[in-house]
Amino acid sequence: MSTQTDGPAAERRLGEDLLVVDGLQKHFPIRRGLLQRQVGAVQAVDGLTFSVRRGETLSLVGESGCGKTTTGRLLTRLIEPTGGRIQLDGRDISHLSTSDMRPLRRDVQMIFQDPYSSLNPRHTVGTIVGAPFRLQKVQTENGVKKAVQDLLELVGLNPEHYNRYPHEFSGGQRQRIGIARTLALRPKLIVADEPVSALDVSIQAQVVNLLEDLQNEFDLTYVMIAHDLSVVRHVSDRVAVMYLGKIMEIADRTSLYERPMHPYTVALLSAVPIPDTSRRERRERIRLQGDVPSPINPPSGCRFHTRCWKAQEVCKTTEPALVELAPGHQAACHFPENAA
Amino acid sequence: MSQNPEDALAAAAEPRPAATGSPFLQVRELRVHFPTDDGVVKSVDDLSFSVDRGRTLGIVGESGSGKSVTSLSIMGLHKAGTARITGEILLDGQNLVGMNPDRVRKLRGKRMAMIFQDPLSAMHPFYTVGTQIVEAYRIHNPVSKKVARKHAIDLLDRVGIPNPTSRVDDYPHQFSGGMRQRAMIAMALSCDPELLIADEPTTALDVTVQAQILDLIRDLQQEFNSAVVIITHDLGVVAELADDIMVMYAGRAVEYSSAADIFNTPQHPYTWGLLSSMPRLDRERTERLQPIKGTPPSLINVPEGCPFNPRCAYAGTNGNLSFTVRPEFRDVGGGHHIACHLGAEDRMRIWDTEIRPKL
Ligand SMILES: Nc1ncnc2c1ncn2[C@@H]1O[C@H](COP(=O)(O)OP(=O)(O)OP(=O)(O)O)[C@@H](O)[C@H]1O
Ligand SMILES: Nc1ncnc2c1ncn2[C@@H]1O[C@H](COP(=O)(O)OP(=O)(O)O)[C@@H](O)[C@H]1O
Ligand code: SF4
Ligand code: SF4
Ligand SMILES: [Mg+2]
Ligand SMILES: [Mg+2]
Repeated sequence: MSTQTDGPAAERRLGEDLLVVDGLQKHFPIRRGLLQRQVGAVQAVDGLTFSVRRGETLSLVGESGCGKTTTGRLLTRLIEPTGGRIQLDGRDISHLSTSDMRPLRRDVQMIFQDPYSSLNPRHTVGTIVGAPFRLQKVQTENGVKKAVQDLLELVGLNPEHYNRYPHEFSGGQRQRIGIARTLALRPKLIVADEPVSALDVSIQAQVVNLLEDLQNEFDLTYVMIAHDLSVVRHVSDRVAVMYLGKIMEIADRTSLYERPMHPYTVALLSAVPIPDTSRRERRERIRLQGDVPSPINPPSGCRFHTRCWKAQEVCKTTEPALVELAPGHQAACHFPENAA
Repeated sequence: MSQNPEDALAAAAEPRPAATGSPFLQVRELRVHFPTDDGVVKSVDDLSFSVDRGRTLGIVGESGSGKSVTSLSIMGLHKAGTARITGEILLDGQNLVGMNPDRVRKLRGKRMAMIFQDPLSAMHPFYTVGTQIVEAYRIHNPVSKKVARKHAIDLLDRVGIPNPTSRVDDYPHQFSGGMRQRAMIAMALSCDPELLIADEPTTALDVTVQAQILDLIRDLQQEFNSAVVIITHDLGVVAELADDIMVMYAGRAVEYSSAADIFNTPQHPYTWGLLSSMPRLDRERTERLQPIKGTPPSLINVPEGCPFNPRCAYAGTNGNLSFTVRPEFRDVGGGHHIACHLGAEDRMRIWDTEIRPKL
């Protein structure tokens, strides 16, 4: 396996758009009473537009409940959108039926947030990692067992552990098992939902490096879902910042971290604790008040106005559009920071 | 302290008398072992540290390194008969190890309190937030419900709950994660404890809310002059709050020093490994993270010699020493303690030439 230190996109060859998302929406109905009448909707994802190029890593960041996992489940079509479009490799997959989706399952895979609950405890590692071959009825050259053992080796696990059960592995090893399962069918796009959040820092670094190596080796495209902004900077080519189901800002990594334009992004970055005691006093802090409002009744105008320190009257009445304010850098704000 | 609870908050705001000689919390050669079917789990094995009033100690380590077992031992919260605890835990000079559980219960809440990672586990789902704070307060303070309720509202206000007068009657599930954490802090503070232990108080929270809670703990600590122990796996969090830091590995302390020294001149290979593993926003982006190889050991079969030796790149530096002899936890100058066989020159050279340039 390549252990080169190929940086992200700049050096990797990036292709054309693999994934194109336009106005993507998911509203979950809220039903009450005997007749289960719909009384409202959780606007979990409310109009996302972005694209991801082949070989690229796009990260989705934002506070709990902003719609990251829901977006991931939409992209992998584990759930169906209530609006908008998802195109994969030029094909509209927004409303494909389960059976029409089956051949595409090979191309799109998801790594789940929780390495403890995402593996069936009653199945051996061999069964878990080999399942995609069986489900997709894929022929393997030297049999499924050999294919699985190759995968285990690829993700840094001992192929001899084929017959062990998930509980015999540590969190980091379980996440590797999940990654091996994901890779079985050589997908084009991997949606990774918080793949390292549950891991200790030393193990987290191992898994981050593994994901990087696999990307270089197999030309994988990643949509990473994460909330740790330091990890996100390390792994991403581009970053989309979400708030209450919408994209507030999307830009290439350097531009986003060095010149954040949306006040929410600025606030998120200033809240990250820095492991350097000499920074304690020097740092400029922006402290957001309160919590994220409910996605059932999101605030009018700019959804961030209830917590934004720059909010004016217009922010309460008029929703700012997501527009390009610098090359490759879009933000949705009436009064952006760092705007030229 | 004032006996009039109406004034409790105001009185508490006056700084406490300075420490009289010995530290407020002193842990000496603490061992906490759990006999299980697979063998004895040595969760904490010969741990010593102390915290003064007005100081904050950060305890850092990966999951399973014994952080929570340590804090539960101090609070006397291990289930009776499950843990074998030896050594001393001196709270203002009184040894809690072996103390009658009823006496420990009286100290808990009154003189020491704890904030947990998961507020729901510390709060009862069937009682309102206010009722729970009122009960916690009235255990130790003989006041009317009305007075205690006023106290609860004041505390909720103090920890930043909006509209405390109406939210006091909410149930825990009606609060967001951040608000529950605040409510639990309010409950922990209800009797104005002299020792506050916060075990991963922000691990489940978003960064923006985490920042609010860390600010709150910092402010309260300054206001009440308590001794604070903050436990976390996040070096960023301790860098924000702690005066001193202890790094734990496999149930033992491997490094202890002022917070500034841990970040500027760390001396233990495990601490180096932690720092090298983390991506950092305050530095140029590195091309590649430098993980620690392998995984932490089982605490039933802790490796011979130095417990870190299977993962340490420098284990062979002093012949066989790291594999055969347990390194003593010792002062290597100015109160900076480490448990490692490497000599001073080796440590200096490795840090300067191999570790620091790659951070
Ligand atoms: N099946 C569902 N029915 C109703 N509401 C839902 C459903 N799934 C998610 N939601 C709601 O949609 C919103 C977005 O949820 P989502 O899981 O996408 O958040 P997230 O950004 O992944 O958060 P976290 O960081 O906590 O994982 C939340 O308010 C959530 O409660
Ligand atoms: N009641 C118990 N019985 C047996 N082992 C335990 C018990 N409580 C904790 N342990 C073990 O002690 C070790 C340290 O646990 P803990 O203090 O919770 O770690 P952390 O540093 O993550 O807080 C772990 O190996 C854990 O499995
Ligand atoms: S539009 Fe207004 S409220 Fe929204 S982020 Fe910009 S300044 Fe703040
Ligand atoms: S004693 Fe040896 S194995 Fe342990 S940390 Fe020091 S050099 Fe590494
Ligand atoms: Mg999620
Ligand atoms: Mg713990």
